[in-house]
Amino acid sequence: MSNILVYALHYDGAINKNSLGAVSEGAKLAKELGGEAHAILVGENIPQDLAASLGEYGAAKVLTAEGPDGLGQPVVDAMAAAIGSGGYKYALFGGGLLGFEVGAGLAARLGAGVAMEITTVRAEGGELVAERPILGDSSISEIKYRSEVGIIIGRLNAFEIVKGGAGAAPVEAISYEASPQSAQATIVTRGEQRGADVDIEGANILVAGGRGLGKAEGFELCTDLAAAFGGSSAVAATRAVVDAGWYPYAGQIGQTGKTVAPKLYLAAGISGAIQHKVGMQSSENIVAINKDANAPIFEFSDLGIVGDLNKILPKLTEAIKAKKG
Amino acid sequence: MKICVLVKEVPDAAVQKRIDPSTGRMDRGGEKNLNPYDTHAIEAAMQIKEGGAVEVEEIVAVTMGPSSAVRALHKAVSLGADRSVHLSDDALAGSDVAATGYALAQTLKRENPDLVLLGQQSDDGECYTIGAVVAEHLSMPSLTQVIKLDLAGSELTCERQAEYGYDTVKIQTPAVISVGDAINEPRYPSLKAIMGAKKKPLDTVGTGDVEIDASKVGGDNSNAQWTSAKAPPQKAAGLIIEDEDTAETVEKIVAWLDERKLL
Repeated sequence: MSNILVYALHYDGAINKNSLGAVSEGAKLAKELGGEAHAILVGENIPQDLAASLGEYGAAKVLTAEGPDGLGQPVVDAMAAAIGSGGYKYALFGGGLLGFEVGAGLAARLGAGVAMEITTVRAEGGELVAERPILGDSSISEIKYRSEVGIIIGRLNAFEIVKGGAGAAPVEAISYEASPQSAQATIVTRGEQRGADVDIEGANILVAGGRGLGKAEGFELCTDLAAAFGGSSAVAATRAVVDAGWYPYAGQIGQTGKTVAPKLYLAAGISGAIQHKVGMQSSENIVAINKDANAPIFEFSDLGIVGDLNKILPKLTEAIKAKKG
Repeated sequence: MKICVLVKEVPDAAVQKRIDPSTGRMDRGGEKNLNPYDTHAIEAAMQIKEGGAVEVEEIVAVTMGPSSAVRALHKAVSLGADRSVHLSDDALAGSDVAATGYALAQTLKRENPDLVLLGQQSDDGECYTIGAVVAEHLSMPSLTQVIKLDLAGSELTCERQAEYGYDTVKIQTPAVISVGDAINEPRYPSLKAIMGAKKKPLDTVGTGDVEIDASKVGGDNSNAQWTSAKAPPQKAAGLIIEDEDTAETVEKIVAWLDERKLL
């Protein structure tokens, strides 16, 4: 049997968008392989209707397993148990932190091949072939699996959400034995929002700041520039500076933050790591200011300025104010 | 307690990385350096040792790689590790992330650490996942992207950012923790530490020394076969301006924005 087991992350009564993409992708691929896509949810008191709703995205069946929310290793336990009962040839994960942890742990548990940051998957001769961009997306590798089970971890936003309208899927509760390591971790708090609530998803113009701003106060340069643009503009940030406490989490772009596609994305002091790129690459116009001419962000900018943002941003703010009168 | 820090030699960031078209694998020639993300893991180990909440007997840097990887170990030792272990064997060449994690776990078993620390990613392969693989083989709990780490007795309190905000997780040692780059600012090694690094004990081991099943490692035995490399679709290159005269640069930016009706 060529079934695909898809992990679906859920939180606060909703399925993660990247998981919905992965379920849709899994359904499409399973059809090509002549099998079914099944989704699995792990958590405390999983709502039945939430699980069943994955049928609308193509899951033929949804497995639920009781376990702690927000930790990777219990999901490894549950998925290994499901796969152990047979019929699964692939495990599929949408982009995101937990999927990486679970997929890698599952590979080790099952002795399975794993590949991550996958952007495209295709069926070929009854097998799946995964594509992964490497070296700052300058080259693409193809991955095939020689193990009984292949593990595919998608890149953020790589898989399109497709609502097929097949209706509710049957839900089956499964049990599994927790591994010793799973018992050694407990989640104390989850999903803590640090810093003020800022809306970056509704903005047409985003001025985003990274480590190159040098210090928390450097964000004033971004705030001033965003204000000069006026209208629907906002300030966003990279994970590194949010983790450093320079800017609120709600304003974060990238893998564990938001995905945006504004009319203008102006990146100040952002190197453009893949984890950031995946959250903003669909922006209509990308402008980058960075003092390092080798920064990856210049590879995908429409306009790149190699220079000192401390000199450029204040003058740019003044010039835009003057222009807009 | 004993802390092992996993480190890796990577191509220097300033050097253009490339794929060897004949093998589809990364060309690992050229200038090498210690993976910059690993310096945060070494620093985290040093802060636990210096923090005094627990007694740290030893910090051991562990790597897998060809003979040149010794330089990464010297750098790790100059940053504070007491000694290092180098897993090096031709049989390991081309191992995928799952095989590499298995081989490293076997090497760690011999050290029997209370805590394994590593960086959030390597600067070259960018797999982000080796910690989870190692932890599974060691049957230890693990967490990635940890940006705050407190140790009291055998309990670690970890903070990290996940999909929905910040999570706080309590973990019992022994454990495998991958640290995010926001966890600390790594120190610079002193000249004395750099000079003394080559004198610290370095243990070189092969697959047979740490009971690695050779049929589970190496390129041909890896379960994920990276078959070929191709070029991505070409994207039109953007306009690049070198800022020499800022007034002129700003004028150009404003004109560019205006042309696209973004003002």
